[in-house]
Amino acid sequence: MNNTRINAFRAALPNTIPILAGFLFLGMAYGVYMNVSGFSFWYPMIMSAVIFGGSLEFVAVSMLLSPFAPAEVFLLALMIQARHLFYGIAMLDRFKGLGWKRWYLIYGLCDESFSINFTARIPEGIDRGWFMFWVTLLNQLYWVGGATLGGLLGSLLTFDTRGLDFVMTAMFVVIFLEQLLHERKHYTACIGMLSAVVCLNVFGADSFMVPTMGMILVILVFGRRYLEKTVNPS
Amino acid sequence: MTFYEEVVTVMLCGLASVTTRALPFILFSSKKPTPPMVRYLGNALPSAIFAMLIVYCLKNTSFLTGAHGIPEIIAIIFTVGLHLWLRQMLISVMGGTSVYMLLVQFYLP
Repeated sequence: MNNTRINAFRAALPNTIPILAGFLFLGMAYGVYMNVSGFSFWYPMIMSAVIFGGSLEFVAVSMLLSPFAPAEVFLLALMIQARHLFYGIAMLDRFKGLGWKRWYLIYGLCDESFSINFTARIPEGIDRGWFMFWVTLLNQLYWVGGATLGGLLGSLLTFDTRGLDFVMTAMFVVIFLEQLLHERKHYTACIGMLSAVVCLNVFGADSFMVPTMGMILVILVFGRRYLEKTVNPS
Repeated sequence: MTFYEEVVTVMLCGLASVTTRALPFILFSSKKPTPPMVRYLGNALPSAIFAMLIVYCLKNTSFLTGAHGIPEIIAIIFTVGLHLWLRQMLISVMGGTSVYMLLVQFYLP
């Protein structure tokens, strides 16, 4: 093995430990949910690897238990996953020139891998492509591992894990805070927060993400003249 | 649902997922320079996205009934404080989560 890969792995691993905790827990919750819904552990294992999107996988369980409706499934899945469009736009330039790794990075571009890869200060001398590759791969392994374990163990788990899912909230809070500490002006952060809060109250918890994204885009596009000077260049 | 229909349903979810992740890369080729508007959005969006993700995590927290979101608020303040103090992501995340678990399991049933 060459040193570039090993060094990138060493740099990437500590960044993924919070995800290890969060994904093992959430993945297991998903696996248990599938198990008690009557599916063998193959289902959460394969679905977590193929779909690789937490909230969509939970919704997919009820899709599998309903009558077959391919068009509805596809449209609903697109809407649930729509926020990933934003990650791609933010990563367009950062994924340039990474060869085959680029394709896997796009495939594994989940909330958590995006957040880490976008904000992590990759140390001097560490290969960026390999660093992001390891972060993405480790996160996916944690998720698939958790889902498979949950599917195998099913309802055998009885210890009190209430509140453990807060690990994801805490992680996004820290990432958001780091982002705030590194930018000059916080206008776009406020736009995102306000849009999400307004849309959550207007559209409700199940359908506020697409309107939120629309609102953010409209404000950013029309406010470009005023906002462009205030955002950090990549 | 037959096994075949299950396979199609899972594949369609996977396809939708990949589509949302890959679309910007397909629309804006890596060979040509990214249009200025898209580049601007790429720089302006992340702060807005992270703010949106926090709201997304808290979307089922009721601030008007039950515990009024008090465990969430306390745990977030604790996480932020810990992070401003030590700037160690792992410690902040684990500390905040521990406080939240203690609150929901023992203090506020």
